[in-house]
Amino acid sequence: MKELMSGNEAIARGAFECGARFATGYPGTPSTEIMEAFAKYPGVYAEWSPNEKVAMEVGIGAAIAGARAMVVMKHVGVNVAADPLFTASYTGTNGALVVITADDPSLHSSQNEQDNRHYARFAKIPMLEPADSEEAKAFIKRAFELSEQFDTPVFLRSTTRLSHSKSVVNLEKPLKVDDRTDIRFNAEKFVMVPMNARRRRVVVEKRMQDLRIFAETFPENRIEMNSPDVGIITAGISYHYAKDVFPEYSYLKLGMVHPLPIGLIREFAAQVRKIYVIEELDPFLEEQIRAMGIEVTGKEIFPYTDEFDPGVIEQAITGGGKAQRSLPEIPIPPRPPNLCPGCPHRGLFYVLGKLKVFVSGDIGCYTLSFMKPLEGLHSCICMGAGIGMAHGMSKALGEKGKGKVVGVIGDSTFLHSGITPLLGMAYNHSDAVIVICDNRTTAMTGMQEHPGTGFTLQGNKTIMVDIAALVKTLGIDSVRIVDPYDLKAVRTVLKEELARSGPSVVISRRACVLFKREKSFPRKSFRIDPEKCTGCRLCLGMGCPPIAWQKVSNDSGSATKKTKGKERDGVAVIDRNLCTGCGLCAQLCKSQAITEEKE
Amino acid sequence: METKSILLAGVGGQGILRASDILCRVFMAVGLDVKKSEVHGMAQRGGCVTSHVRYGQAVHSPLAKKNDIDILVSFEKMETLRYLDYVKESGTVIINTEEIYPPAVNLGDVPYPKNVCEEVRRFFLSVKSVNAAALAIRAGNIRTVNMVLLGALSGCLHLSPELWEKIIDDSFPFKLIAVNRKAFHLGRGL
Repeated sequence: MKELMSGNEAIARGAFECGARFATGYPGTPSTEIMEAFAKYPGVYAEWSPNEKVAMEVGIGAAIAGARAMVVMKHVGVNVAADPLFTASYTGTNGALVVITADDPSLHSSQNEQDNRHYARFAKIPMLEPADSEEAKAFIKRAFELSEQFDTPVFLRSTTRLSHSKSVVNLEKPLKVDDRTDIRFNAEKFVMVPMNARRRRVVVEKRMQDLRIFAETFPENRIEMNSPDVGIITAGISYHYAKDVFPEYSYLKLGMVHPLPIGLIREFAAQVRKIYVIEELDPFLEEQIRAMGIEVTGKEIFPYTDEFDPGVIEQAITGGGKAQRSLPEIPIPPRPPNLCPGCPHRGLFYVLGKLKVFVSGDIGCYTLSFMKPLEGLHSCICMGAGIGMAHGMSKALGEKGKGKVVGVIGDSTFLHSGITPLLGMAYNHSDAVIVICDNRTTAMTGMQEHPGTGFTLQGNKTIMVDIAALVKTLGIDSVRIVDPYDLKAVRTVLKEELARSGPSVVISRRACVLFKREKSFPRKSFRIDPEKCTGCRLCLGMGCPPIAWQKVSNDSGSATKKTKGKERDGVAVIDRNLCTGCGLCAQLCKSQAITEEKE
Repeated sequence: METKSILLAGVGGQGILRASDILCRVFMAVGLDVKKSEVHGMAQRGGCVTSHVRYGQAVHSPLAKKNDIDILVSFEKMETLRYLDYVKESGTVIINTEEIYPPAVNLGDVPYPKNVCEEVRRFFLSVKSVNAAALAIRAGNIRTVNMVLLGALSGCLHLSPELWEKIIDDSFPFKLIAVNRKAFHLGRGL
């Protein structure tokens, strides 16, 4: 049967077809849908771990118990999970351990553009890279086989374009699964104290040598000979981009990007006159091929940054700037992503922006509030950093920083990696105020469950961690809960906490406006009375998408009016189809012009 | 046949991804290879959304290059301008005349672009403008704008209406089939 599948859905399907019944991960674009799709197959166990390091450890444990385990994360998640991963490379797996890293060239939804192929070399772990959904399904099966055959964790690398593109996949019957799990004691292999680890270190090098030999005949490393004039060495989705514009050239398509098949590369190089290495991001293949003494063209013509498309490759190779076409010359206003209408973060960050404090931010939808007009967030590095950085800044500033430093973090992010830095703040007696923006879900990646929601990935009821109680247990004495839809309360509580000495936590709690399970207010839209509106623009300061400025032309007469002796040049209007009725703008309006629609 | 390309573009929340899914399934049903590509995640939060759909005998890249799109379906008026350089000179442009203001326009910092349809007509021969919101409301649900535009697109593709109907029926829960079909036909009838 044929099915249209995204790369992510195909990875999940392939894992299921080849008998994997165990998966864990943490949500992160572009990887999230792999776990969501896998969790729906019959007879599987799939969980969201609190973070990627935990996921990796859970996966290692399952593999040591003999399972075929899959661990799923985005590229920066591997940074979090790197500690257990590097040593799991030494221990090997018993069962199978496949780690999915979903990279994000072009930073569509990430804080950096790191090329995780380097992790394969660094951790001495083989890595496969599929080019489309059909290959994604096939390669994950190969990955599980390799893991068992060579007793090693195996990487499968995706990119946003592969994960989120859909193409036709041939579904196959799932393999019958025999339970191969068991408790097997093997201290020399699994207790990584120096004397054991030194021995395993040698095993790792031997394994890499075996894998290099294997790579030479791995059928997914393949030569497609056409014209001998030009040979292209490539992997992943870049292969399809190049085939689109240069079908006449010869190709060496690498399904395994680490370790490389040295003999096969030499064989290909001997058959073609000029070689291009086409790869997004770093010259990972290029540098290794050059080190073999083979002359290639690569990053001197192809960009280091951003994802490719067929046009980028064509332009780089032909060098031909196409004749400039004439098109309409109308300036196009940018359309950046924005907090949704009715987003509970908006009220909190409106107040933070007005308080003139430094807001050390974190990863989540709320990061968008750094933009105009809110400007309520001033740094963002990685998951969990909002708390640690606020503490560091507060300590470095000393007296100067009192009442001036706030750290913000989301609920899912707090449970991911905010607990330990908060413990550090309590332990080291910080003066910063931490705001936990608790919108009851992992909103940015699309409403995934976490330990604070009361449900598991597979929809089972479970514990719902009490964030306020947890924070108190960590040693934070002052814990306040506010409703971010109440601007006055948010301002009062924040001012009081900023005036205190010692660490404190404010939990800003309201469910995400898109989160259907916890609908938090009646949806009646608001309107602005054009007679009462003074045109002061205060409500526009919220940056709420339904509120727009409408110029009033002076010659139309009736529409202009004087307020407090000042002529207004326009009024604010609300698009009732977009307004969710959160009422924040009405709280700002000094002339009571904004009221609920009467229906 | 050579590979052809359609670009659906608009704003997060307009149902673009659902529309491009249906489009792909229609091509699959007539035995063609098809690939599509879009970006989810942060970009969805009110930002620009695009979906490239490519179909033919054997499709390689899911992304089209500039100057190579056969049909652009723009779900929002000014968004049309953002992607015109992707459209072939002989290509078709379908424009939903709905205006969704981006932040800078809301704040009154810059004006919403004027005369978009007229300008596009100066450079492309085949331009269709559609008041998709009005037709969606006439069909019975404002959220069927995507089906109206899919209907308008179907008019350029020479495939049987029964085939479209079948795929639409398979794509929605029972109670939403009638309204989506109606929206599709209102768009197709233009």
